[in-house]
Amino acid sequence: MGYTLNFAAVWRSLDQLLEGLLLSLGLAFVSILIGAAIGLLVAFALIAKNGWIKRPAAAYVTVIRNLPILVLVLFAYFALPQMGVRLGKLESFVAVLSIYSGAYLAEVFRAGLLSIPKGLTEAGLAIGLTPLQIRISIITPLMFRNVLPSLSSTVISLFKDTSLAAAIAVPELTFEARKINVESFRVIETWIVASGLYVATCSVLAALMRVAERRLSVPR
Amino acid sequence: MNKVLLEIQGLRKQYGIVEVLKGVDCTMQEGEVISIIGSSGSGKTTMLRCINMLEEFQGGHIRLEGEEIGYEHNGSSRKRKSEKDIARQRALTGMAFQQFNLFPHMTAAQNIMLGLVKVKKMPRDEARAVAEKWLDRVGLASRADHYPGQLSGGQQQRVAIARAIAMSPRLMLFDEVTSALDPELVGEVLQVIKGLAADGMSMLLVTHEMRFAYEVSSRVIFMNQGVICEEGNPKEMFVKPKTERLAEFLKTSSFN
Repeated sequence: MGYTLNFAAVWRSLDQLLEGLLLSLGLAFVSILIGAAIGLLVAFALIAKNGWIKRPAAAYVTVIRNLPILVLVLFAYFALPQMGVRLGKLESFVAVLSIYSGAYLAEVFRAGLLSIPKGLTEAGLAIGLTPLQIRISIITPLMFRNVLPSLSSTVISLFKDTSLAAAIAVPELTFEARKINVESFRVIETWIVASGLYVATCSVLAALMRVAERRLSVPR
Repeated sequence: MNKVLLEIQGLRKQYGIVEVLKGVDCTMQEGEVISIIGSSGSGKTTMLRCINMLEEFQGGHIRLEGEEIGYEHNGSSRKRKSEKDIARQRALTGMAFQQFNLFPHMTAAQNIMLGLVKVKKMPRDEARAVAEKWLDRVGLASRADHYPGQLSGGQQQRVAIARAIAMSPRLMLFDEVTSALDPELVGEVLQVIKGLAADGMSMLLVTHEMRFAYEVSSRVIFMNQGVICEEGNPKEMFVKPKTERLAEFLKTSSFN
C-alpha cells in the first residue's frame, strides 16, 4: 500500500480532541443525571396500579425506545424551532439525550424495583413511614444497588451516543475528529486516535462503575 | 381497672370472592398478651394485618384506644383515611414479621433509627441512643453496626423486634415470628418476647408455638375458617378444649 502512518498532525491537534472528549463527557454526565431523575419517576409510574399513571409512562418508554436517537436529535434541532421551540445546539442535544436515557433507565430501574421484596415496604409502613418516605429511604437506595451491574452498560452506551451530537455541529469528540480529518487529510490517524480515546474513556467508566458496585454492595 | 386497648367488631375481609374473615369480634385490655392460634388459612395472620392496615378490610370496625382505624365512617358509607392519617395510626402499633424484613442496606442501629428520625422526628444522636438501648435489651449491643446480612436469623428477628418496640407502640403485633427460624434459634427470640410480656407490653401473637402460647399468654384465641371458634384462659383451653375443632387442632399441633 505504501502508506506511512504519521500522527504528527493529529498530535498537534490533540488538545482539540481532548476538549471535544471533555464536552462529550459533560453532555453525557448532565443528560444521564437528568435522565436518571426522569427514569426513576417513570419507573415508579410503570409499576403503579393506577392505569392513568402507568399508561402515559409506558407510552413514553415505547415511543422513545422505538425511535433512532439520530432522528430525535435532528427533530429537536431542526423541526422544533419550526414549531416555536428554539433551543441552542447544546441545550437541544442535552434535552434529547436526557429524554432518551430516561426511557432506557426507566426500564432498568423498573426491573430493579420489581426485585425488592414486598416485605420491606410492609416493614416501613408498620413503623409509620409514608409510602413516599419508604420510596426515598428504602426502595430507591436498594433499587440502585440492585441495578448497578446492568447500569454500567447503559451508561457506557449513552456516553457513546454523544457522538451523534456531531450531526448538529456540537463540538464534541466525533465532531472535532472530523474537523481534524478534513483539515489534515490524516484520515486513518485521526480516527485511530479518536477511537482510542472512546475506548479508553469507556474502560475508565466501566472501572468506576465496578468500584461503585463494590463500595455500595450490601454487606453480608 | 384495666382499660380497653383494642376493640374489633364484626371484622370482615375478602379476597375477591373468598371470604377470609367472616365477622370477628374481640376486645383486648391494656397489658394483655393474647395468642392467636389456628391452622393455616384460618385467618389469624390476616386479622393481625388488618389491625395496622397492611390489609384493607371490607366490613366492621377496629378501634385502638377508641380511635377508628383505617376508615372514616359516615352512616352506612365509609371512606379510607388519608395516607398520612393511616401512617400515624400504624405507628401506634408495632409489628414483627415472619421474614424479619430488616432493611438490608442499613445497620442494625440504622434500622431502628429510621422510624425514630423520620416518623418521630427525633434528633439523630438521641435516636442512636434509643437504638442502642433497645439493642442492648435484646442482647445485641455489640451488633449495632452490623448489617442484617451479617447476622443470624435469630439475631435479625431480635433486631426487628427492637425496631418495632423502639417506636413505643401501644400494641405489639407478632406474626409467626419464629416460623422462619432454625429450631435452635427459636428460644432466643421467645426469650425476648417473654421479657416484653413481663414489662406489661400489650401483645397480640400469631404463633405455632403452642408451648410458648401456653406459657406466655393471658388469653388464647382459636380461629377456624375466618371466625373465632373458641377463646379463653390457656390453662383451661389447652387442657380441656370445649370445641371439637380445637381438640382436633391441639392433637395435630406440637403441644405436649
